[in-house]
Amino acid sequence: MATITQPKVEPATLSNEEVLRYSRHLIMPEVGMEGQQKLKAAKVLCIGAGGLGSPLALYLAAAGVGTMGVVDFDVVDYTNLQRQIIHTTADVGRKKLDSAADKIKAINPYVQLRRFDTRLSSDNALELFRDFDIIVDGTDNFPTRYLVNDACVLTGKPNVYGSIFRFEGQVSVFATKEGPCYRCLYPEPPPPGLVPSCAEGGVLGILPGLVGVMQATEAIKLILGKGEPLIGRLLLVDALGMRFRELKLRKNPECPACGAHPTVTKLIDYNEFCGIRGEEAPVTTNVPEIQPEELKSRLDAGEDLFVLDVREPHEYQICNLNGYLIPLGDLPKRVNELDSSREIIAHCRSGVRSAKAVDFLRQAGFRKVKNLAGGILAWSDKVDPSVPKY
Amino acid sequence: MKIHIPTPLRQYADKKDTIEVEAGTVAEALSGLTAKHPDLRRHLYTDEGKLRAFVNLYLNDEDIRYLQKENTKVQQTDTLSIVPSIAGGWSH
Repeated sequence: MATITQPKVEPATLSNEEVLRYSRHLIMPEVGMEGQQKLKAAKVLCIGAGGLGSPLALYLAAAGVGTMGVVDFDVVDYTNLQRQIIHTTADVGRKKLDSAADKIKAINPYVQLRRFDTRLSSDNALELFRDFDIIVDGTDNFPTRYLVNDACVLTGKPNVYGSIFRFEGQVSVFATKEGPCYRCLYPEPPPPGLVPSCAEGGVLGILPGLVGVMQATEAIKLILGKGEPLIGRLLLVDALGMRFRELKLRKNPECPACGAHPTVTKLIDYNEFCGIRGEEAPVTTNVPEIQPEELKSRLDAGEDLFVLDVREPHEYQICNLNGYLIPLGDLPKRVNELDSSREIIAHCRSGVRSAKAVDFLRQAGFRKVKNLAGGILAWSDKVDPSVPKY
Repeated sequence: MKIHIPTPLRQYADKKDTIEVEAGTVAEALSGLTAKHPDLRRHLYTDEGKLRAFVNLYLNDEDIRYLQKENTKVQQTDTLSIVPSIAGGWSH
C-alpha cells in the first residue's frame, strides 16, 4: 500500500479478495482499478461518530477508503439511536469510538483505522489533520465548525461540510485551493442567544443519513477526481418538502481565513469566538431558583404556586407537571395572562429556557418568580421517576 | 416576490416556510417581511439596524453581497432566501 514515504508511481495494489469485494466499483469506468487504488491510498478523517459520522463512516469504509481516522470522545446513549446508525442498542454506555471501530472493521477489515479518543481542539487539530488528505466535518456545534474550517485552511485540506437542523440540511466542500471556505459563507458565528437552543432543536432521524451520505459521496469524488464536487456551491436539503436547492458560493477576497490578507493565522479559542463560556448561559445562574424537592413539598402542602411551563406544546405532550403552558417565544405577547401577585415557578426541560423566562419576567416587573432548577429532568431524577426524560 | 424562511426562523413567522411580499428591492422585501412578522426583526438585524453577519441572503442562487446588497433590484418572479448558519447534530 502506498504511504507518504513511497514514490507516487507505486499505487496501492489490491489483493484478489479486494478485487472481488470492490468488483462493482472496478467494472464502472468512473472508478475502475485506478480509482479503487486511489481510494485505498486515501486517508480520510471523520470528525465525530454521531449523526453525520455514522452513515459517512460506514459508506467510506464499505467503499474501500484505505485509511480512516475517527475523532470522538463521546459515549453512546439511548437518544443517539434514533439516527446514529453505526451504534446499536447493545452499544449504549460504550465509547462511540469503540462502537464505530467495531462496525467499520466488520464492514471492511481492509480499512486501516486510526482512533482518536479525544475532543478536537485548537491544541490537537493541526497535528491530526496533517496525516490525512480529506477532513469530513460531522460535528454538531459552532465552535468546532469554525475550528475544523480554520484548521483545514491552515493545513490545506479540503473540508467536506454537512450540517443539519430538524429536517433541513446544508452540504458543501470548503477550503479547497480554489474554492471558498466556511468563513467566506459565514464570517461570524451567531451570538449564543439567537440560535435556537438545544431543546428547541431536534432532528428528523433520517436527515443525518441523507446529509452524511452526501458528504461521503463528495469525499469519494474528491479522492477519485471525478464529477463535479460541491466546491463553490451550497446544497440546501429540505427533507420535508423533499426539495434540493443550490446556491452559489464565492471565495471572499476579504475572508479572514482564506482571503488575500488572512487574519486567522493560527487556531484560536473557538468557545470564546462563539461567545460561549462554560456549559450554561450566564442568565441561568443569576435568577432565583427553587429545587425540585422544595417545590414538591410546597405543592403537597397546598401552597398557592403558579407553575408556568415555557416549553413547546409538543413537549408538553411528552410529559408535564400540570403547569400553565406559554412557550418561551410567546411569553412577551402573552405576559398579560400571568398574575404578578402570585408566586410563579417557571420550568422547562432542563432549566435553561425557564431561566430566560424568569429573567424576562423579573425585568417586566414580576417579583415573585423562580426557576425550577434542572427542569423536568431534575424533577424526574429527584421527585417523580415516572415522569419520562427526553 | 417569494421569501424562503429557513426552519430555525419559522417560529418567528407564524411557522410559514414562504412568505409573499410586494417589493422592488431586497431592502423593501425585508421591510415588508418584518412588517408582517415583527419578531423576525431582531433575528435579521443588529441593534444598530445592520443585517446580521450570520444571516445570508440569496436572490435566486446569488449571494446579495456580490450583487448590490440590500439595494439589489428584484422582480416579482424572484425568490429571496434567508440562509442562516446551522450547527448540526444536536445530540443534547
